[in-house]
Amino acid sequence: MDQIRLHLLEEVAGLHEIPAGAYNIRENGKSIGRSSTDEIEIVPKEDGTGLDIFIKPGTKKKSVHIPVIISQSGLTEVVYNDFHIGEDADVTIIAGCGIHNGGDAASRHDGIHRFFIEKNARVKYVEKHYGSGDGNGERIMNPETEIEMAENSYMEMETVQIKGVDSTIRKTNASLEAGAKLVVMERLMTHGKQRAESYFDVELNGEDCGANIVSRSVAKNTSYQKFVSCLVGNAKCNGHTECDAIIMDHANISAVPQLEANHVEAALIHEAAIGKIAGEQITKLMTLGLTEAEAEEKIVDGFLR
Amino acid sequence: MLELRNISFDVADNKKKVGILKNVSLTLEDNKFIVVTGPNGGGKSTLAKIIAGIEKPTAGQILWNGEDITQRSVTERANLGISYAFQQPVRFKGITVYDLIQLATGRQISREEACQYLSEVGLCARDYIKREVNASLSGGELKRIEIATVMARNTKMTIFDEPEAGIDLWSFQKLIGVFEKMHESVHGSILIISHQERILNIADEIIMIADGQVVSKGTKEQILPEIFKATKGCGCKYYNQE
Repeated sequence: MDQIRLHLLEEVAGLHEIPAGAYNIRENGKSIGRSSTDEIEIVPKEDGTGLDIFIKPGTKKKSVHIPVIISQSGLTEVVYNDFHIGEDADVTIIAGCGIHNGGDAASRHDGIHRFFIEKNARVKYVEKHYGSGDGNGERIMNPETEIEMAENSYMEMETVQIKGVDSTIRKTNASLEAGAKLVVMERLMTHGKQRAESYFDVELNGEDCGANIVSRSVAKNTSYQKFVSCLVGNAKCNGHTECDAIIMDHANISAVPQLEANHVEAALIHEAAIGKIAGEQITKLMTLGLTEAEAEEKIVDGFLR
Repeated sequence: MLELRNISFDVADNKKKVGILKNVSLTLEDNKFIVVTGPNGGGKSTLAKIIAGIEKPTAGQILWNGEDITQRSVTERANLGISYAFQQPVRFKGITVYDLIQLATGRQISREEACQYLSEVGLCARDYIKREVNASLSGGELKRIEIATVMARNTKMTIFDEPEAGIDLWSFQKLIGVFEKMHESVHGSILIISHQERILNIADEIIMIADGQVVSKGTKEQILPEIFKATKGCGCKYYNQE
């Protein structure tokens, strides 16, 4: 059990030991460790449904770890975490969920995260999903992220789901005030019969705000992916959304970029490309001595890096 | 030693068979600097691809040190010691210059070692080593990275398909230096497809290919005058009639 715990924590949060600074580690529906600091306070919600995380204004270069791990087959949970990020703060938040399912019942974690980012604050949010275990029970994760960005705030969101998650529906909604900037990098690989859907809805409300939503994904075997990204420009703003996908075997990918401009100075761009690995890329790596399978693996690894 | 025996390569064009290479036989001896030249569309690149295993000949045999490698894959030939530099280098998303050089050497190498290869082709290594081999690189930059990658393999036979294409004048000077150096310290054969007089000038042997056939073969002293004679005028047969 301890080995599984350590492995999951390493995969989703890069942790080898108890992290320095503020953290909360949730395992099988309960907190197994929590620590606040002078600048970052982690408070459980009264009804026990999640956490409130308060980051004081002006906090600089600090991090918060809030990994979730599930090793109990059949456990289903919904967790609500709210992040309150004070003015001028600059923090990194490392979330993530790892499910080890060795049984036959589905294990499921639905994390609902809300971000309230005050003026001039900067946040880097990293969320990794990982699944392991050889039971027949599905590993399911449905994250929802709601982001409210005040003037001149900045958020970089990095989501990674490379292995072992059978079913995901991700929903991300954001609204941006003047000068705010949101950058999202989503990396996804599905294999076997996995299904992953991702929906972005970004409202660009303030003057000179901007969003860049980028997804890179690889779908193998008979897996299914759907990427829907909607940018709404309600002011003078810049929006860019991009979906770049590699399709393999008998997979199925659907990319649906959507733009809505309600202001004459809203500049919105979408790009979407789906295709198999270019034959000449494989050939090039084969001329360096790699086998075809090794070349494919290298190309996929690089693409999702 | 590489030997090509009666190599032919046909493609279908509108249900008609077109011969790109016609019964080509060649012996490329060890430790030689060989330049293949000739008009565009004559079959030079196809010949290089057939040696690397990227194209399979319609007929004929390829022997590497006496062993028949005609049916061997690209990977097997690479591991036997045949390297091939693409005329149009391939781009990759996410794979860095450092990754590519490491893959080429086939082992873990330090950044410093990787940088040496880049410096040789005139790239400031610090600026390039971490960059992705993607569309953000210019054609000339990619081309030089391609040459560095192939040099890093340090194999018994290296094929360059028009290494000068897309390279600016300043870098071209440097490139000549690279080939000269390779020629001096050569421990294997170098086969370059080129139209550049300065590359032809450093060849031990020049092979002229036109219309899918070897039209002449010999030392530069024998072949160069022939080439210059043949290229007098603009090359258009109607021009002189007017």
